[in-house]
This record gives sequence, C-alpha cells and structure tokens, in this order.
Amino acid sequence: MAATAAMQSDLLARFRGKRIRSFAVPALILVYLTYVFFAFDLPGLASRARLDNAAILMSDAVAHKVHVTRDNRSGEMSVSIEGSRRMTFAANQRPDWVQVDGDTVQIDLPQGHSVTYDGPVVSYDYPGYGVIRITSDNGIHLDLPTPEVPDFINASSTRVAITTPAGRLSVTRSRTETLRYFPGWELFFFDLASPYWGMSWGQVASTVLVGERLDPAQSNVSLMVSNIWNNTIWRHGDVVWALGETILMAFLGTFGAAMIALPLAFLAAGNFAPSRAIRFVMRRIFDFVRGVDGLIFTIILSRAFGPGPMTGALAILTTDTGSFGKLFSEALENVDDKQIEGIRSTGANVIQRYRFGVIPQVLPVLLSQVLYMFESNTRSATIIGAIVGGGIGLLLTQAIQTTADWEKVTYYIILIVLMVFAMDALSGWLRRRLIKGDGSGR
Amino acid sequence: MTFLATGARGTADLRHAYLAQVQRRRLYSGLLTILFVALMVSGFQIAQARNAGDFLNGITHIFDFPADIVDEAIAKAGNLPGHIWDALPPLIETINIAAVSTLIGTLFGGLLALASTRGLAAWPRLIVVFRRTSDVLRAVPEIVIALVLIFVLGAGPVPAAIAIALHTAGATGKLFSEVNENADLKPVEGLASVGAGWVQRMMLGVIPQVAPNYFSYALLRFEINIRASAILGFVGAGGIGYELKNAMTFGQGKLDEAAGIFIVLFATIVIFDQLSGVIRHRLTYGDA
Repeated sequence: MAATAAMQSDLLARFRGKRIRSFAVPALILVYLTYVFFAFDLPGLASRARLDNAAILMSDAVAHKVHVTRDNRSGEMSVSIEGSRRMTFAANQRPDWVQVDGDTVQIDLPQGHSVTYDGPVVSYDYPGYGVIRITSDNGIHLDLPTPEVPDFINASSTRVAITTPAGRLSVTRSRTETLRYFPGWELFFFDLASPYWGMSWGQVASTVLVGERLDPAQSNVSLMVSNIWNNTIWRHGDVVWALGETILMAFLGTFGAAMIALPLAFLAAGNFAPSRAIRFVMRRIFDFVRGVDGLIFTIILSRAFGPGPMTGALAILTTDTGSFGKLFSEALENVDDKQIEGIRSTGANVIQRYRFGVIPQVLPVLLSQVLYMFESNTRSATIIGAIVGGGIGLLLTQAIQTTADWEKVTYYIILIVLMVFAMDALSGWLRRRLIKGDGSGR
Repeated sequence: MTFLATGARGTADLRHAYLAQVQRRRLYSGLLTILFVALMVSGFQIAQARNAGDFLNGITHIFDFPADIVDEAIAKAGNLPGHIWDALPPLIETINIAAVSTLIGTLFGGLLALASTRGLAAWPRLIVVFRRTSDVLRAVPEIVIALVLIFVLGAGPVPAAIAIALHTAGATGKLFSEVNENADLKPVEGLASVGAGWVQRMMLGVIPQVAPNYFSYALLRFEINIRASAILGFVGAGGIGYELKNAMTFGQGKLDEAAGIFIVLFATIVIFDQLSGVIRHRLTYGDA
C-alpha cells in the first residue's frame, strides 16, 4: 500500500515535471525570440525597408521600359530600352508608336494616351481628363484642364512628372522623357546590332532554312547562334561560361579533396594507422581544417591566387579535405577484417590487401558521400564565387549591386536554381548507377 | 564418364564467362578512370586559364597573407584582447542569426515534413506540392535570397536570417520526412481510433517518436548555419563576417583586428561543433 502511494506520488511528480518542461521550452523560445525581435531592431525595420524597391524589383523583373528622350538643349532625340546607350534604337529601328517629324514627336501610349513634343511645348493627352500642356522655355509652365493639380502629376517650377497607368512623362529644362512599359525581357535573343533583330520566330526560321545569306562569310544558322551567344545585353556566352566555372569549382574541389583525403584517412583510422600518435595528429589536423571555416580559407586563398575559379576550387578542396578525412576514416574503421585476412592468406602485400580487401568494402560509402558533397558544393560554389570573384555567383552579385538589371538578376536566379536541380539529379543518378549498381558500372 | 565430361565443360564455360565478366568490368572501370582523369586534368587547365593568378605561383605565396596577419597581430599583441572583445557583439549577432533561422527553419521544416510524408499527411494529394516546395527551398542558395532581401530591407541581420531560415526549412523538410517514414504508425492509428484530430495525432503520436532525431538534425543544422551566417555577413548581411570584410578591405594596419576576428570565429565554430557533437552523441547512444 505504502509502495503504491510512493509510486503514485513519484509518478505525479514526474507528470508535473513533464508539464512544466513542456511549457518551459516554448516559453524559453518565446523569450529568446522576443529578445531577438529587439536585437535585430525589427520595429525599426519597417522604416528602413524600402518597399518601393520591392515594387521596382517586381515590375522590372518581368517587364522593361522604352525611353523616348529629347535633349532640350541640343534638340537631339533618342529612343532606347531602359535608357541604356547600348540599347538605343537607330533611326530606322525606332518602333512605330514613336513618330518623329522634324521638330515634332508623336508618341502613342496604350489606352489611348499620347504625348506630343512640339518644340518647347509638350502635351500629354489623357483620355477622360483632357490635354495637359507643359511649356519649357524660361522655367516650366503647366497648363491643366482642371483648376487643381491632380494626384498623378508631380509639379514644381523646375520639373513636371506625370505618372499614369499608360506610362510616365517627365519634363525638366534639360530634357523631356517619356517611358512606355512592355512585358517581357528585352532583346533576350538578338540585340539591336543583329540582322535577326525585329524578326518573328517564323521569319527567323525561314531565314535560317531557305533565306539568302545575311552575312556572306557564314551560314545563317551559325550567324544566328553566334548572335545569340554574343548578345551584348544578356551575354549568354559569358553566362554559360560562368555556370561552367561554378560547376568546375565544385567538381575540382570535391573530387580533389576526396583524392587527398583518402590516403590521409588511412592514417587517421584506428585499425590502419601505423601508430596512435600519427592517428591523433591526423585527427587534430582534420578537426582544425574543418574548424577554420570555408570563409577563412576562401579569403586567404583569394589573396594568394587572385580572383577566378581556381581559387574557388582550392577553397572548396581545402575545406572538404577536413570533412572527407573525418568521414572516410570513420568508414574505414567500420570495415570487416575477415576480407583483409582472406586476401592476406593468399600472400598479398600491403597495397594489394588495401586494394582488394578494403577499397571494395568502403568504396560505395565513400562514393555516396563524395557525390552528396558534390551536389551541395555546387551551391557553395555560387557563394564562394561571389567572394573570390568567379562563376555565376560573381555575375549575380554584380547584377544585384548595380540595382539596374533586375531582369538579369531574375535570369541568373532561375539559372542557378536549374543548375542546382540538374546537379542534384546527376549526383542522384550516379549514386544509383555506381552504388546500387546493375553490375555494368563497376 | 558422361557426367564428368559435362561437368568439366560446365566448369570451363563458367570459368570462361567469369573471365569475360572480369575483363569487361576492368574495361569499364578503366574507361571510367580515364574519363575521370581527363575531366580532372582538363578542368584544372580551364580553371588555371580563367584564373587571375597562376597555380604554381600562388602556391608559393599561400602563406604570405596569414604571415602578414600573424606578424601584425604579434607586433600589436597588446591590442589583441581589445579586438577580441570588440568582435563579441557582431559575433553574438552572427550566432543570433544562426539560432533564429534554425528555430524558425526547423519549425517550418517539421511542418513541411509532416505534410509530405505518406501516411501522415493531412492532405495526401498535396504531398507532391510540399515535397517540391522543400526541394525548391533547398535548391536556392542562401546568398540569392539574402542579396535580394538586402536590397529591399536594407543591410542587416534580418535578410540573412530569412534567407538561412528558408534554406533550413527546405533541408530539414527533406531530412525530417525521411525520419517520419520510419516512425511507427500504430500510435497514430490508436489516436485516430479515439477520435483525435490531425494536430493531436501528430503532437501525441508522431512527434514524441521523432523528436530526438529532429533535435539532433536541428543541432547539426545550427552548426552549419553559424558558418552560413558568417559567410553571408561577408556579402553584406551584418554580423562578424561584415566586420571581417571591413578589416580585410582596409588591409595593412587593421590586420590585427582581422586576426582577432579570425580567432573568435575559429573558437566559436570549434566550440559549437564540439558541443553539438557531444549532445548528439548522447541523443544517439544514451547518457553513457
């Protein structure tokens, strides 16, 4: 009876303890998150966050704009994509919604809006509101159909900006500029210098198949491929090289590390090490290499080797030698001695014993670890590339830092994700093929 | 007699087939080796050609920079404790980034895993959707999300924490669902038979079984995330990586500061590595 009572009180105490713990853990996490909430200054984040940046990013990622610009001092006209000099239309390439006739420019915007530059007078025709007239000789004069200035016009004595769903017009004393938005990525395949620019896909296909040679020096197919490859805006050739560099960094780094780590792992494995002292030293070396973060190696190596894929590969190689050394030596400690004994009984020497008694046992494990690492290193190589200056990581950071080319950022992100997926699939396929094996691989 | 003859011929056939197989295998592994060596060599040459510095030239200078750092650190040894002290606040920020992203990431990873395991999922038809979600989250490198968020939210720890948390959610989503697949379904069935809802079945039937494994993976992830948050700091997300970058870009004259940061970072990684190793060992093999 007493025993049962003791047991009961013991059990109740345990339940109480458990209950307290199950409330204490979430409570502790909550306290910690509250602390971080203030440590990271989340209340201040709202004021620092630039949601207009997010809006620019979103719209720029899927659309582009065409600038119709007139320099008010020289009277010079230009029509260009994103206002970039490299993407300025030649006079005969100008889109048909821009009509230039001497000093008059007629710009048609969607939804029936239109803008006319007529000497010093710029007029914006807003259907349902009226014609807005802006005169820029001595200062800027705004002439509105209504007495008060509506929301979509931002006017001062030096600058007038009109923002409507159809486009944007800004007038200053030095220049007049109209922006019209279009969905999609501009000049993705052919830039303005290419003879294929402005053709529909049907036209491109017929030119390639039956058309006359556009360039007497080469066939139309090779001209098309080289125009796409050397596109000056998207630089597809460079991007493909950059992707290749990133994969190369991961490949050289991972497999190089595996080749260096394998012999060293024998020295660090308890059942193979020639002496305990060597084993101890090797293990501490592996620990040290793993402890010195990849970041530190990357910095040190980029000082010695300069920017480029070799530096990235070496950084991955150094970091992974530590992890592989540890993993491999653990795998080696798990080998079955019987097979080695068997090989020894046939009079095999040390190398032969390792080759036929040990390697076949550990190879599947090691290969699977190496291939896993290869896949994850493709991701790391993107980051390391951003630091050492090579590969797609560099292109991505550059595109983000210039903050102008969000469509390129989007493009690179898509490519990176596709690359990681592809490497994931490749490493999975190789693992299945080489390890579970159908006998033909190995 | 006849029996023996067939036997001998059978053995000969077998022997022949075996030797042929061995030969074919040797051929294949020989070809694979040649392919691999060719890839390594040509890869090395391409990397060498596209690198700014030469490999052989660089390898002789590999210790120049560490030597500079050590020299300056020794020359200004008196400043070192101060630098280490100064490196602590950004270090705490880095650890906080890692801890928050591990907490939030594993939480979402756990939910993703429960939603994408056959037999446990609340909406079995959406299993594919949740699996793909965690694949995509895993595939996007942290730096991509971090850089985009830095542009929108401004430099600081929050973009890094979000980026690492998303990646963690994807990675743990996959790992946890593998753990879930090994969970015993009997408690779940028992709970279902007494009318427990999905949340109750998961909380009382599954989580107690998988919690130790979850916790062990989460610790491993925390270790990885400390490294990741240091690296993201280097590209502008705050914390110790950012301080390190500043000290390094300044170069000569601030290298003792860099040395202090190196020491702190190394110590942190080793300490957390060991700590999580010990805890995980205990979880796997009991208190012994």
